[in-house]
Amino acid sequence: MVARSPEMAATVHTVHRQSLREFLASKRTRQFVDHFLSHLVLLVLGLAFFLPFYWLVSTSVKPNSELFILPPKWIPSRFVWQNYPKAWNYLPFGTYFKNTLYLCAFNVIATVLSCTLTAYGFSRIRWPGRDALFLFLIATMMIPYQVTLIPTFLIFKWIGWVGSFKPLTWPALTGSAFYIFLLRQFYMTIPTELSEAAKMDGASELRIFLQVIVPLTRPAMATVALFTFLGTWTDFLGPLIYLSRESQYTLSLGLRGYLTRFGANWEMLMAGTTITVIPIVILFFFTQRTFIQGITLTGIKG
Amino acid sequence: MLHLSAARRRDFINGLLFTSPWLIGTVIFTIYPVFASIFFSFTDYSVLKAPKWVGLANYVELFTKDIYFPKSMYNTIYYAALSLPLGLAASVGLALLLNKKLFGMSVYRTIFYLPNILPTVAMSILWIWLLNPNYGLFNSILKAVGLRGVPWLTSPTWSKPSFVLMSLWGIGGSMVIYLAGLQDIPQHLYEAADLDGANGLQKMLNVTLPMLTPTIFFNLVMGLIGVFGFFTQAFIMTNGGPLDSTLFYMLYLYRNAFVYFKMGYASAMAWILFVIVVSLTLLVFKSSGRWVYYGGSIT
Repeated sequence: MVARSPEMAATVHTVHRQSLREFLASKRTRQFVDHFLSHLVLLVLGLAFFLPFYWLVSTSVKPNSELFILPPKWIPSRFVWQNYPKAWNYLPFGTYFKNTLYLCAFNVIATVLSCTLTAYGFSRIRWPGRDALFLFLIATMMIPYQVTLIPTFLIFKWIGWVGSFKPLTWPALTGSAFYIFLLRQFYMTIPTELSEAAKMDGASELRIFLQVIVPLTRPAMATVALFTFLGTWTDFLGPLIYLSRESQYTLSLGLRGYLTRFGANWEMLMAGTTITVIPIVILFFFTQRTFIQGITLTGIKG
Repeated sequence: MLHLSAARRRDFINGLLFTSPWLIGTVIFTIYPVFASIFFSFTDYSVLKAPKWVGLANYVELFTKDIYFPKSMYNTIYYAALSLPLGLAASVGLALLLNKKLFGMSVYRTIFYLPNILPTVAMSILWIWLLNPNYGLFNSILKAVGLRGVPWLTSPTWSKPSFVLMSLWGIGGSMVIYLAGLQDIPQHLYEAADLDGANGLQKMLNVTLPMLTPTIFFNLVMGLIGVFGFFTQAFIMTNGGPLDSTLFYMLYLYRNAFVYFKMGYASAMAWILFVIVVSLTLLVFKSSGRWVYYGGSIT
């Protein structure tokens, strides 16, 4: 709880000299009470938000016999770490991991490449029709994904790509309106003099892009890469629609298979769930700054 | 473009080349699908056979014969009406608390944000277990304090509130956005209010909340769009049950398209959704003049 800070000690000390009424009215006291109550509320809420995570991990190391008892065992009587290898081996988890990583790697590289190039074309080169097309790009962001979902599925069906990874990877090569918009805003802030100077030296647009713009906008690229990674890692509807063979399943799709097969073996299910959650949590802790900046920048909630 | 100078022509070609990934993509994955989906919505199309023109039949069936369509609409609106205002109040409240620059604030922020990064499937499976009527975390706590357990996902009355509860666990994302909005409020406004002798509540009502309205507005629009796309949680946790009480709009659309292979019918649903989302967004935009306050700069 709240430690007895020097500030608090000082407040307590002054009480002896002031009347209670004055004490309660003083700004310092009010601030102290305010902070104390805020900490109390945050502590309770923080605990409530954290509890599901605790429940997840504690269930994953419980013996099956301790799942269905009341009151629940908050700390398992013994830690059954074997739940993890058992969960890992029950279904081809390694394959799921490999598939998910492949999709993520492809999507991150393809999205960053296509979006940065397009954003460059929309910001650093002046050409007739550019601004009208950019307005159109913004308009396309308003279209809900449900509208294009079915015809897009049908395109892939006609060309025989349903049942392969291609519908989940190739579209990334054509960019995403939102990230293009985001990157363009960054590129606009770079002074034109920088490109002009390079142009005087005879540099091509591609060279200016690679040697001037890219090095200056690494944080923005990191944001796009991070959110693309996360979006692909957690995507469910895409793999659900396009993948059919179990050898192609992603973690999300495979995890759902767990649910139907394991039934009431919640300790195994929670172990499997923890396995899919850990990489993302680690990634989050390593990239927290980019993450928080990214959200405030883009309004994406992850 | 023959009359363009050599330099301008080169710029034009370069512009097209650089934007070509998106130009090609938008034709294939946006422009064509939008028109195709209008067309499909007027057809009977099962993928196996060529689409058959049926005029307005899909729309007529949706609005007059289909009993699941109004149900899915009702469920979605019910969920939106609870989760959006509650989520808004909770995330603004949390952001206000975290904005006090207290000790350990970054730890709290991380804890509140963490549920947001969980893959939806993982989160859904965890919540089925949390909401287990006999041995789940929620009912264990309720029973521990002497209350009766709630049937959660197994009861048509409680199934939708269960999803609302789960959505509240994910308010950390919008909280972070509100937090950024709060930190953008210029300090001099508070100093001016102090000089006028404003108390905490007055500062909240006259400075903080008005300055936060653009962020609230943004989150509201995103939330409205998001609610109609609500799918994965319902698909995994209840698959529409019990008694279709969690058959949300997107879930029913998915079933029509990818379970019953009624592509035309599902396209009609997609277009109705599009019209609803666009009208709601316009409505919020139109009304925004009255309640959204843009200060000197737009954030």
